[in-house]
Amino acid sequence: MQENIVIIGNGISGTTLARYIRKQSDKKITLISNEHDYFFSRTALMYVYMGHMKFEHTQPYENWFWEKNRIQLKTGYVTNVDSENKTLKFIDGSTFSYDKLIIATGSKFNKFGWKGQDLEGVTGMYHKQDLEQIEQYAPNNETCKRGVIVGGGLIGVELAEMLRTRNIPVTFLVRENSFWGNVLPLGDSEMISRHIESHGVDLRFGVNLGEIKANENGRASSVIIKETGEEILCDMVGLTAGVSPNIDLLKESTIETDKGVLVNRYFETTADDVYAIGDCAQQREPIGNRRPVEAVWYTGRIMGETLAQTICGNKTAYSPGHWFNSAKFFDIEYQTYGWVFSEPKEGNAHFHWKHDDDTKCITIEYDTTSREFKGINSLGIRMKHNLFDQWLSANKTVEFVVNNLAQANFDPEFYKTFHHHIQEQFTSSQLENAHHE
Amino acid sequence: MSETNESFSIARPDAVTLTTPQKIAVFVGLVGLFILVLAAFNVNFPNRALFLIASLGLMTGGTVFYANSLYLSEHAGIKNDGVWFKSLTSRGVVAWGAGIFLTLFYIVLYFKAELLGLGVDGAANTGLVALFDPFSKLLSGNPASQWFVYGTLYTLVILIFGYKFLLKYRHNKYQTLRTLSVMFFQLGFAFLIPELMSRLNSESFSLPYYDLKNIWPLNYYNFEQYRVDSFISAGNVGLALLIFGVLSILVITPILTYKYGKRWYCSWVCGCGGLAETAGDPFRHLSDKSLFAWKVERWVIHSVLVFVVLMTTAVIYSYLGDDSSKYWLTRDIFLLSVGGLLTAVFATIMIWKRHALGKDAKIGAIAYAVIILALILIHKFSGANLFLFQAEKLRVWYGFLIGSIFSGVIGTGFYPLFGSRVWCRFGCPMAAILGMQQRLFSKFRITTNGGQCISCGNCSVYCEMGIDVRAYAQRGENIVRSSCVGCGICSAVCPRGVLKLENGDHNDRFQNPEIPLGNDMNIVNLAKQNH
Repeated sequence: MQENIVIIGNGISGTTLARYIRKQSDKKITLISNEHDYFFSRTALMYVYMGHMKFEHTQPYENWFWEKNRIQLKTGYVTNVDSENKTLKFIDGSTFSYDKLIIATGSKFNKFGWKGQDLEGVTGMYHKQDLEQIEQYAPNNETCKRGVIVGGGLIGVELAEMLRTRNIPVTFLVRENSFWGNVLPLGDSEMISRHIESHGVDLRFGVNLGEIKANENGRASSVIIKETGEEILCDMVGLTAGVSPNIDLLKESTIETDKGVLVNRYFETTADDVYAIGDCAQQREPIGNRRPVEAVWYTGRIMGETLAQTICGNKTAYSPGHWFNSAKFFDIEYQTYGWVFSEPKEGNAHFHWKHDDDTKCITIEYDTTSREFKGINSLGIRMKHNLFDQWLSANKTVEFVVNNLAQANFDPEFYKTFHHHIQEQFTSSQLENAHHE
Repeated sequence: MSETNESFSIARPDAVTLTTPQKIAVFVGLVGLFILVLAAFNVNFPNRALFLIASLGLMTGGTVFYANSLYLSEHAGIKNDGVWFKSLTSRGVVAWGAGIFLTLFYIVLYFKAELLGLGVDGAANTGLVALFDPFSKLLSGNPASQWFVYGTLYTLVILIFGYKFLLKYRHNKYQTLRTLSVMFFQLGFAFLIPELMSRLNSESFSLPYYDLKNIWPLNYYNFEQYRVDSFISAGNVGLALLIFGVLSILVITPILTYKYGKRWYCSWVCGCGGLAETAGDPFRHLSDKSLFAWKVERWVIHSVLVFVVLMTTAVIYSYLGDDSSKYWLTRDIFLLSVGGLLTAVFATIMIWKRHALGKDAKIGAIAYAVIILALILIHKFSGANLFLFQAEKLRVWYGFLIGSIFSGVIGTGFYPLFGSRVWCRFGCPMAAILGMQQRLFSKFRITTNGGQCISCGNCSVYCEMGIDVRAYAQRGENIVRSSCVGCGICSAVCPRGVLKLENGDHNDRFQNPEIPLGNDMNIVNLAKQNH
C-alpha cells in the first residue's frame, strides 16, 4: 500500500506540495478543499471582477491535470483533526483517514471586533466566496453608491482598483500617515498615495474604523470614523486590515497553535505526521527578517516544494533565499529585492530617487559603514530578480549596485532608462553627505 | 444581456456602457460604413469621389473620436476593464453578428465579387466597386477591382485601429514602435507602392502586383507561371524582383529570424499580423489555450506547409522544360534542388536539434519526409503526375481551401469568435517556417523573471496565439515557442514585471530550473515527471 498523503487546502502551498510529491513518488495524494474544486490563483480574483478574465482563467492547470497526475480532489469542510487516530472529521459528519496530514488552509481576513463587522455588505477580499459577495454588494455604482475600504495594504488597494473599474466611489481608511507606511519608506509611500488619489480614491490617512452602522434591513449603510466621528454613507465595507491564519479546524485538536499552526523548520507540528505549510503555518523561530507567519504567494510555493522533499524521504529544512516581493498599485508596479524598511535599520541609510513624472522611483537601503547593499524598492521600473539575488549573496556595495543598475533593468525593449539620472543623483547625494559629516 | 456576462457575476456589471461622446463616435463611424452598404446595394451616388471621401472620412473620424474618448481621459496603463463583460469581446450577440457579417463579406469578396459591383467582361463597375473607381484611377490609373476595394479598406482599418492601439498602449514603447511599423508596411509596401508601380506598366513593360513584404509561402502564388513570365519579361527590374522573392525566404528570413525571432515579420511587418494586432486586438483573449488546441495547431499548420511546398513544386515543375540547352533550370534540376533542400533541412534538424522536438513532431517530420520522397520516386519511375494530382488542380485547391477559406473567411471572419490569430496560428505556412527557425535556430526568447510569477494568468489570457505563457512563467522557465509572434502583450499585461522579450545568446535561451528562484534548499533527486 502506498502511503496515504492528505492535504487540507488546495491553494498554492498545498497544490505545489502535491505536484512535487507526485514528481518524486507514487504515494496516494488527496487534496481537500471547501473553497473550489480546482486550484486557482487567488491573486487573480481581482481580475475576474474587473472583467479582465473569467474565473476559469485563474486556474493554472486544466481540469484533466489532476486525474492524469493521480491527485485526488475532495470537496469538504474539515471541522476537526484527530491526530491520535489519524482521522479527519467533516462538517457533514463523515471521516477520512490519513497516514500523513498537511494543513495548508491559508488565511482569512482580519476582523478586530468592530461593531457591525458581520453585517451584510461587509466583506474581505481573500476567498472566492468573498469575491462572490463583493459582486453581490457592489455590482455597479447604482447598487453600491460608495464603498469604504478599511486597511491600507496590498489587498485594500486591489479592492479600491476593482471598485473604481465600475466607477464606484471609494473611501479608503488608512491607519498610517501614508499608504502602506509601515512597510514602504516615505518617498515610495507618498508617490503611491498620490497615484491612488489620482484614480479618484478618497484616501484618508491616520484614521481607524469606529463602527459600521446598519440600515433598517440590517445591511451596512455607513461607517463612523473613530478619530473624528465622521459618518460616511456607503453600501459596501471592505475589511482589508491584513489576514491571519485560517485554523478554526484545529480548535478541538491537540495540535499546538499560536497565531498560526506552530511548526519547526521542517514544518512539523506538535502532532506526529502532521505538518503545516503556507499562510497558516507559524515558524517557532523566525527566519532572518522574515515574519513568523508569511502570507506571501511565493513562500507558500517554496514551503510546498520543500516539504515534498521531506515527505518523499529526504528531510529538508525550510530555507527561503533572499527576500523579494512584488505588487501593483493601480498602474504602478512594485518590486522589492532584499530588505528595505520604512525607516532604515540602525546603521543603515536610504537613497531615494524619483522621476519627475511621479510614477517611477527607487529606494535603496545600505549599510553606511560597510557600504553593503541591503535591498531595493523599485516602483515603475522592472528589475531582474536573479541579478539582485546574486548581488545580495555576494554582499555587493551600494556603489556597485548603483553603477550596475543598467544590467538589472527588466523593462521591455526600447523603454527609456533612468540609471544615469539615478547614478548622478546618488553621486551628488553622497558628496552632500560627506559635506555634512 | 446577462447571457454575455461570462464571469460568475450575479448581476451584469453596468460599468461598460458607452458615454455620450462614444455613442456619437459610433454613430459617425456607422454612417460612414452605411454609405458603403448603400453603394453595395447599388445606390448610385452623384459624386462618387465625394461620397467615398465622406465614407472613409466618417469611419476614420468616428474611430479616432471613439479612441480619444476611451483612452485619453484615463491614466496610461493596461486597459482591459470589462473585456469579458462586453458582448462584442466575450462572444456575445454582437460578436456573433460581427462574425457572421465578416464571414459573408469574405465569401462574397472571394467568390461572388460581381455582387459587390465588379464589372464582368469589360463592363464598367457598379455599386461598391464603382465607388472606389475615382481613388483607384488616381493611384494606378485603372478602374477599381474588388481587391482594390478590399486593399483600401484593409489598409484603412489597420491605420485607424492602429491609432486606437497606439493610444491604448501609449505607455509602452515596444507596442508603439511595433504598431507604427505594421501601419507603415501596410500603407507603403502592401498598398501604395504596388498601386504606384502599376502606373509604370505599359504595352511593353508589365510587372505583376507585388507586395514586397508578402513572402512565399504566405504569398503562395508568387512563383506561378504568369507572374514569373511577367517578371522575366520585365527585364532587369523584373528579374531583380524575382530574385528578391527567392532570397526573401531562403536568405533574408533565416537571418532576421535568427537575430530577432519570428516577430520581425509576424508582428512588425506582415499584413495579416498587422490586421490582427490592430483591428483584431480587442479579440486576442479569445484564442484557445488548451493543450488539445496546441496539439491540433502543430499538425494543421505543418500540414499546410507541406501542402504549399508540394503545390508550388508541382506548379513550377509543370511549366519548366526538359531541355537544358534552352534554359538551365530544367525539371530535373529543379526537382533535385527541391529534394536536396528539403533533405538538408530535415537532416540538419534531425542531427542537431532532434532533442528539441516533441514525439509528435518527430513522427510528423519523418512521416512527411517519407511521403514526399515516395511521391517523387513514384513520379520518376511510373511517370504518374508529380504528387499524383495535376499541378493545376493542386494550385486551385490550395487557393480555394487555404488561400481563401482558411486565411480569409475563417482567419478574419471569425475574429470575434476564435480570436485574431486563427490563421497565423493554425494555417500560415510562413509562420510554420519562421516558427521552426524560432524554436530551433534563434536568439529570441521570453525571459521569465526569477520567482516573481504569481500565476495570475493575464499573460495566458491575452496571448493571441493561445500559448499558455503562465505554465512556463510559474515554473521560472523561459518561453521558447514556435508560435510566439513576439507581440509583447504578455509582458505588457503582467502585473508583476515577470516577462521580457529578448534576443540573447542562442545557447542559453532555455532556462529550466528544477524549482523557481527564491528557494535555497538543496535539491536532490528532483526528477522531472508528469509535466
